Amino acid sequence: MRLEPVADPGWSRTLGLPALALGGTVAIAMALALVAGSNPLAVLGLIVKGAVGSKFALLETLNRATPLIFTGLAVAVAFRAKLWNIGAEAQLYMGALLAVVLGTGLLPLPAALLLPILMLAAIAGGALMLLGPAFLKTRLGVDEVVTTLLLNFVMILFVSMLLEGPLKDPMGMGWPKSERLVAEARLPRIVDGLRLHWGFGLALICALLVWVMQTRTTLGYEIRAVGLNQRAAAFAGIPVTKVVIKTALISGGLAGLAGFSEVAGLKGSLTLDLSPGFGYTGIIVAMLALLNPLGVVVSALFVAGVFVGADSMSRAAAVPTYIADILLATALLLMVLAIMLTRFRVVRG
Amino acid sequence: MPTDPGARAVLRLRNITKRFGPLTANDAITFDLHEGEVIALLGENGAGKTTLMNILFGHYTADAGDIEVFGHALPPGNPRAALEAGVGMVHQHFTLADNLSVLDNIILGTEPLWRLGTGRAAARARIEQLSRDFGLAVHPDARAGALSVGERQRVEILKALYRDARILILDEPTAVLTPQETDDLFATLRKAVARGLSIIFISHKMHEVLAISSRVLVLRHGKLVGEAATADTDRHQLAHLMVGSEIVAPEVGGAAPGAVLMRLREVSTTPVGNAVGLRSLSLDLRAGQITGLAGVSGNGQAALADLIAGETVPDSGVFEVAGEGVGAWTPRAALDARIGRIPEDRHRTGTISDFTLSENAVLEAYEKEPFSRRGWFDWTAVDRHTRAIIERYDVRCPGPDARIRLLSGGNMQKLILGRALEAEPKIILAVQPVRGLDIGAVTYVQNRLIEARDAGAAVLLISEDLDEILTLADVIHVISEGRLSPAFARGTKTPAELGVWMAGQGFDGEDSHAA
Repeated sequence: MRLEPVADPGWSRTLGLPALALGGTVAIAMALALVAGSNPLAVLGLIVKGAVGSKFALLETLNRATPLIFTGLAVAVAFRAKLWNIGAEAQLYMGALLAVVLGTGLLPLPAALLLPILMLAAIAGGALMLLGPAFLKTRLGVDEVVTTLLLNFVMILFVSMLLEGPLKDPMGMGWPKSERLVAEARLPRIVDGLRLHWGFGLALICALLVWVMQTRTTLGYEIRAVGLNQRAAAFAGIPVTKVVIKTALISGGLAGLAGFSEVAGLKGSLTLDLSPGFGYTGIIVAMLALLNPLGVVVSALFVAGVFVGADSMSRAAAVPTYIADILLATALLLMVLAIMLTRFRVVRG
Repeated sequence: MPTDPGARAVLRLRNITKRFGPLTANDAITFDLHEGEVIALLGENGAGKTTLMNILFGHYTADAGDIEVFGHALPPGNPRAALEAGVGMVHQHFTLADNLSVLDNIILGTEPLWRLGTGRAAARARIEQLSRDFGLAVHPDARAGALSVGERQRVEILKALYRDARILILDEPTAVLTPQETDDLFATLRKAVARGLSIIFISHKMHEVLAISSRVLVLRHGKLVGEAATADTDRHQLAHLMVGSEIVAPEVGGAAPGAVLMRLREVSTTPVGNAVGLRSLSLDLRAGQITGLAGVSGNGQAALADLIAGETVPDSGVFEVAGEGVGAWTPRAALDARIGRIPEDRHRTGTISDFTLSENAVLEAYEKEPFSRRGWFDWTAVDRHTRAIIERYDVRCPGPDARIRLLSGGNMQKLILGRALEAEPKIILAVQPVRGLDIGAVTYVQNRLIEARDAGAAVLLISEDLDEILTLADVIHVISEGRLSPAFARGTKTPAELGVWMAGQGFDGEDSHAA
């Protein structure tokens, strides 16, 4: 068996194969449910119901999708330029950290001023977290996979230190958590009484902006050129280093916004469990979306739905919640396979 | 039509067919190779020559057809079976281990795994014998990495002979040789034929085919379209068969050289890796003149091309464009200085294969108006520009939004040419601009370069094909190990005389002149 390039993958290939991958994912997960001794269809039904079956479930899914849209966009932007940002987790925490430092009473400003300041601070924080690895990559050729990945651990320990020390909430009964943001620093809810905050709206706006940036601006053209063929891009006079640095700033900034949105919209304070790996899951989200910024919204909703639905399902049926991880892992692997098969066909001999 | 009807067929190919997706690379190809015969397999790039030989040698499996060697069927897809049947192949790209000696390279793979004492003494004696018999002078203890290209090729041939090859396949063997080395190779091949070996010689160079072969087979678009005894045919007829239509050689009128647009004085650059740097090189490019740079591959052509294209800066020396020393020299600075560039590797350097034609068409000017305004990309302007190039430069393509990797080499090159020429360059750097193109595209590209010259551009044509240089260039320089020969006006030097320079001789005298 060999692989042969497909000259022009038509729509059937570019859309059909990913659809097939999702179908395969569901089939494999259902087989596992069967092994766990449950009725696969019932499990599937419970997951869907848990994800979108009620107003509460749906809002929960949208809330969970919000940080994933930000980190998914961060990864999608960076990967487009072949800048392998594995450090969205650290960038998220940096964004959250700056929002908390500035938003817990340091700046006595009205919400209309404070919120934009916190947003910009979070963007700057996240961007700076990726700037270092990007400089090391462009100047010294240091592999950014290693530096961004390791910075995640540095950052989590740094936040832990701050939460046990200077940022510790004196009223927190000894828990490692920061003080709560002041009311002016909180993102309002989109609809009164419902748990969905404006972070979700901000995420959608960001997705649209990133899409416009990639398809309509000179920078977007440069980023795609550098990602597809750095050699040809440099030959044509595209300033490759500058483009990589700009990409890093955008990517890190988006991940920083995820941290801001989580503390200002949902949690209200910074804790060590602010992100259950949103930075890493962002990679899955971006890959499932084939790095398309609008696709990131869809895939983030899908991933969030799987998590929320599987949580709710495991409470009702005797299938462990790990099925969510398996579902996502299978979805990712099958999607990668589907992407390859859109460009290559398998031939015998 | 065998040269000697009594000779027996050592190799029979019957209806060999091979498809790659929608492309039929070989279409029911049938021929016999006789003992002591040299068949030339002639065809343009992409005609299916290399595919056919890869099937014969077992690298590919044919979709249909049979191969018989010395009367026995050859199992498909098995290089070892081909070797054992006596088929030896010398690839276009050599397959030597650089860190091993010539001797080790030759015996590599022939030694049994389990025997401790290798028969090195015997092997050495045998190699020396073969070297003498076939005129393949090369030292058995030299490291392969230190050999010249011509020597490496001799080792490849020795490798095949050492394995008792009776049928020798040479894939474009002269592409990297000087004219003198080519003559040496032909002498070796004649000795081999005299000893009863049979040879398949793959080439697209007509005069070599006429010089060495006894029979010519012409491939076009995967089909065997012609067969003739070499004695009964001529260059014209073969060219006609290869292309399928009459070809018109480019007409080069007299040049009207103008001012010096680019001046290099004793410019040196640092060698990068194994590549050769420039050594105190001086060169003038004049308006309205094609300057040809001849030389064997890897003698500093890349260093000079990189320098002019803006990818490297000189270490020392004077580098002036339009009478002024260059400042910060980058690809963009080169473009701003109105240098049009046709890079050697159109797939990896000249274009971004997953970009559309449109996106590639503005690659060198995307940030300028009308394509970009204040950071916003104007797709309408880009589309208009691309359609203009497609029309003016006859780029055959599905449309401006097709990915460029779908295009043939010739059409890709036409787009690159259009991109460069539409910017109305004053200096044109063309590195191997027609390599791998079919003859129609070759003529087209060459005529466009001549037109650009006539319109007043200074053209630097870098090519390893001496014929191309001799046809197009008004002035010829030879580059060898980073040094440049004096300028030779059109028609003042024969290929053999240039070959002496290409082999690196004559430069010492030049140095003493300069001193």
